[in-house]
Amino acid sequence: MSDHSHTTEGHEHGEHAGLDKAKIWKVAGILTLITAIEFIIALWAIPGHHIPQHVGNYIYIALTLVKAFYIVAYFMHLKYEKLGLQLALTVSFIFIGYFIVLMLIEGGFLNIHMMNH
Amino acid sequence: MNAVSQLDQVKTGPWNGGRSPWSVEYGKIMMWFFLLSDAFTFSSLLIYYGAQRFSKLTWPDPDLVFQSIPGIKDTGAPLVFVGIMTFILILSSVTMVMAVEAGHRRSKKEVIAWLIPTIVLGFMFLGCQALEWTHLHHEGFWWGTIPSAEELKHLFDGPVSLVAAQQFANLFFTITGFHGFHVFSGVMINVIILIMTINGTFEKRGHYLMVEKVGLYWHFVDLVWVFVFTFFYLV
Repeated sequence: MSDHSHTTEGHEHGEHAGLDKAKIWKVAGILTLITAIEFIIALWAIPGHHIPQHVGNYIYIALTLVKAFYIVAYFMHLKYEKLGLQLALTVSFIFIGYFIVLMLIEGGFLNIHMMNH
Repeated sequence: MNAVSQLDQVKTGPWNGGRSPWSVEYGKIMMWFFLLSDAFTFSSLLIYYGAQRFSKLTWPDPDLVFQSIPGIKDTGAPLVFVGIMTFILILSSVTMVMAVEAGHRRSKKEVIAWLIPTIVLGFMFLGCQALEWTHLHHEGFWWGTIPSAEELKHLFDGPVSLVAAQQFANLFFTITGFHGFHVFSGVMINVIILIMTINGTFEKRGHYLMVEKVGLYWHFVDLVWVFVFTFFYLV
């Protein structure tokens, strides 16, 4: 059993060697840059009618997911964990995706219903 | 070796027992699964918000609702204040990763040096949120309360919907409030591990895994804000 705790800790320190200070600043730079792009879209591109609002919304959501990826993969080290843990923590979001689809269809139906009545 | 039958051989695969198959410490796995469940809670809140917004013909325009910098400018600066808040939280995430990284090298001094700015930035975010809430409250928004239809005209792009305004108010305070509660807990936990680091608790323990676990929680708070920011302020 003493062997067991050793393996766990030995791995613990080896696993996270992939993230040094330079990499951390690089990820921080990417996150700031994406936020800056979102501001350019919100304050210049959409008010100036360079992109329609609904296209802007899709871009916002895509950029948000990119930011989420960088936070989870690098800041939370998930990229350096074993595949089993990665899957355990991400696959269940299929249900969230399903829930989003369900609820937005429902909302959209109510919207049409209100317009007709 | 040949004398031992196949069945009697000791199995050493990751899932054959006797060790953690993911090579992750128990407490850290528990933190991950707590965060997963928390992600579901936040998802439910945001999905309900989405469903409400989809069902209404009009919705308060975020560029019109959020256009003040408390104490500096009352109108005409959409997104600037929340931009500052977003930047504060990203920065505090960076200082937290630095603390975790210093913890891997077991450098007590550096862990302390990075935890202090993380806590300060956390308090700054909470202060900004308090100002934001106060501003909206003065405009007449609160749980169950909205400004008069006349005042709401300035906050809608199209025709005014009282139901939409009320849903917006309730969901804004509930979701940013729940997030703010997480930030507050995070700051408190950060203060606790700062004290533990200064006391040398982790040094005696031989590892700074606790800083890593708290770091996971703190990054999750930042992660949730990324989504709240998009769906309340941008879309």
